[in-house]
Amino acid sequence: MIVVEILVSFFLIIGAFFALAGSIGLFRLQDFFTRLHGPTKATTLGVGSMAIASAIYFSFLKEGLSLHEVLITLFLFITAPVSAHFLAKAARHQRLHEDKDHPET
Amino acid sequence: MLNVALVIAFVFMTLAQLLNLYRLFKGPSLPDRILALDTMYINALALFVLLGIYFDTATYFEAALIIAVMGFISTVATSKYLMRGDIVE
Repeated sequence: MIVVEILVSFFLIIGAFFALAGSIGLFRLQDFFTRLHGPTKATTLGVGSMAIASAIYFSFLKEGLSLHEVLITLFLFITAPVSAHFLAKAARHQRLHEDKDHPET
Repeated sequence: MLNVALVIAFVFMTLAQLLNLYRLFKGPSLPDRILALDTMYINALALFVLLGIYFDTATYFEAALIIAVMGFISTVATSKYLMRGDIVE
């Protein structure tokens, strides 16, 4: 059981670290499109890792296999690129890429 | 061991939520605010999963799943509104 506990703790720490990294990216980066790239990747990895931790925890320390979390992970992995694409399209429609501070490339 | 990891994960997620909240209030453009909300609901979902492990109950999965679905729909709807000025045409 100690191995399972170490595994769950490892995945929890990894997931929380990646979620924090994505939010720091959202906080620090200066352009909208660079800000878009931070959380949409790092946060899904963070939540996916946490869901794996939860699945391991409830499968081994409780009785029975627990696969609800895989459903959440699957749904997030499908929808995260779609919402990021929609956000980028909305930002282009608002002409955020034509910033006056940056030169024309 | 697991308790220490849970506390560390809670602290990290709370910090992440605070940073998202800053971007939600500050964000210079509207897509920035929508992106901050999107990140906030995904982090809230992670917090629900953490709470499920912490309280040792399986009740929170449905709540997390519903947050995932509703958050995705709301992100798409608001982005669509910014793009077209209308949601359902």
